[in-house]
Amino acid sequence: MPLKLNILFQRSILENIGRSTIDLFQEWGAAFILLGKISLSLRHIFRNFSQILTQMMFFGVSSLPVVLFSAVFTGMVAGVQAAYQMQGLVPPIWLGAGISRAVLIELGPVLTALVVAGRVGAGIAAELGTMKVTEQIDALETMAIDPVAYLYMPRFVAGAVMAPVLTVFANFVALVGGWLVAVLSVGISSQMYMDGLRFHFHTRDLVGGIVKSVFFGIIIATSGCFHGSATEGGAEGVGKATTNSVVTSAVLILIFDYIISAWIFR
Amino acid sequence: MIDISNIYKSFNSKQVLAGVDLSINTGETMVIIGGSGCGKSVLLRHIIGLMQPDRGSVKIDGTDVSRINRKELFALRKRLGMLFQGAALFDSLTVAENVGLGLREHSEYSAEQISDIVNKKLEMVGMSGTGGLMPAELSGGMKKRVGLARAIAMDPEYILYDEPTTGLDPIMADKINDLIIALRSRMALTSIAVTHDMVSAAKIADRIAMLHQGKIIFCGTPEEIKRSPDERVQRFIKGEAD
Ligand SMILES: Nc1ncnc2c1ncn2[C@@H]1O[C@H](COP(=O)(O)OP(=O)(O)O)[C@@H](O)[C@H]1O
Ligand SMILES: [Mg+2]
Repeated sequence: MPLKLNILFQRSILENIGRSTIDLFQEWGAAFILLGKISLSLRHIFRNFSQILTQMMFFGVSSLPVVLFSAVFTGMVAGVQAAYQMQGLVPPIWLGAGISRAVLIELGPVLTALVVAGRVGAGIAAELGTMKVTEQIDALETMAIDPVAYLYMPRFVAGAVMAPVLTVFANFVALVGGWLVAVLSVGISSQMYMDGLRFHFHTRDLVGGIVKSVFFGIIIATSGCFHGSATEGGAEGVGKATTNSVVTSAVLILIFDYIISAWIFR
Repeated sequence: MIDISNIYKSFNSKQVLAGVDLSINTGETMVIIGGSGCGKSVLLRHIIGLMQPDRGSVKIDGTDVSRINRKELFALRKRLGMLFQGAALFDSLTVAENVGLGLREHSEYSAEQISDIVNKKLEMVGMSGTGGLMPAELSGGMKKRVGLARAIAMDPEYILYDEPTTGLDPIMADKINDLIIALRSRMALTSIAVTHDMVSAAKIADRIAMLHQGKIIFCGTPEEIKRSPDERVQRFIKGEAD
């Protein structure tokens, strides 16, 4: 009897692992198909321009305050951290350089993306999820309007365009945050901080960070669209879709951060 | 003419449709009745190509809905209108934008012409002057009427109703019934409604079909259904539990 139970138990574990693996592959397959459809529908970019503008407003303008707020503190933390790590090792003229490279390459793009994933990605998933469970997406279909071109592609374009824009703002504000710490708490002069920034500025750092943010914007929008449009089961389903969308984006942002870093900053 | 022949559909291992045969003649109003969860909405979704049958076919004027490509399907759908159970109004658009969306996307009409058509359709459903409201500001019955205006905005030949009166008070339900009858005579529509509301069915139908355990077990006029010897049909129209 215990042996039999044991076998049953093991089988159910194997079965569960097998089933989840299949589900995972199916889900990824579906996500890639969606990405393909969105790319194809980019040819309707001018027809649906007003939707794109609306989504760009939502993506960019609505998250600007929270992005800037996070960025100023990010810059300040970077300042404190850099000052602490360099203490006694490196002359303080290097502080600006340390902060700026950390901000431009990593902190600006990645933290902006994570904040936006929580704000905009969740919003996209919740809105589309609600549209799905209340049959609004089916209604579009029956009116011979393609949901990919009408709903998903504009969000995709908004993500790809606005994430870099937000990142540029975040970078700037974070450098200001770093300057505040440098002057007020570390006690170096503004001139010294600026020199540090200027002498160690590499275009590649800035561009690399922005390239990252394009990918992050695409990840956030696609994940929101994918989880939103796959929503099933009423209000509870919408909640799940929202959570899944944020978790998926956050993980993918970190993975792609590594991949792109390894590719650009060799 | 819509010809549904021998369609099967199952979800996971659950057989929902198991050989449905039904044809709807041009110009008639066919009402499909059946208990909750028996597959009425699934059947409607097959007609408009939102779902594909596992087996069998749905032909609209000879075109097999599940065998055509997306472009052809979209062309076909422009000749069909559908009223969803919860109206499915786009909640980010105003009433007027909801009704005019199809025209804006598919026609060459100017904004003024579209606005005129929208006002006319809203008037037909008794919702004049509500164009500027958002769907969230409407009651259930008003949503259904706007949904109806949206469904007829492109002057379709066919219209599908998913439970048009469910969830409405009897007076509002009767108004919707009257609207369905009025629209039909005004626009020469072929209509298919699914419902579990027998009062509504008896009032609007030329013919009634009953869906039960995945099959059509009865099809006839409202007079004939009253005289049907089938016990399952009698129980349903009298509202008796078994
Ligand atoms: N997309 C779907 N996935 C899985 N099951 C579904 C789906 N759509 C409908 N069903 C199932 O099919 C059955 C019939 O549903 P439906 O047609 O909505 O019933 P009703 O007659 O009340 O309209 C239900 O048991 C429902 O759970
Ligand atoms: Mg239903």
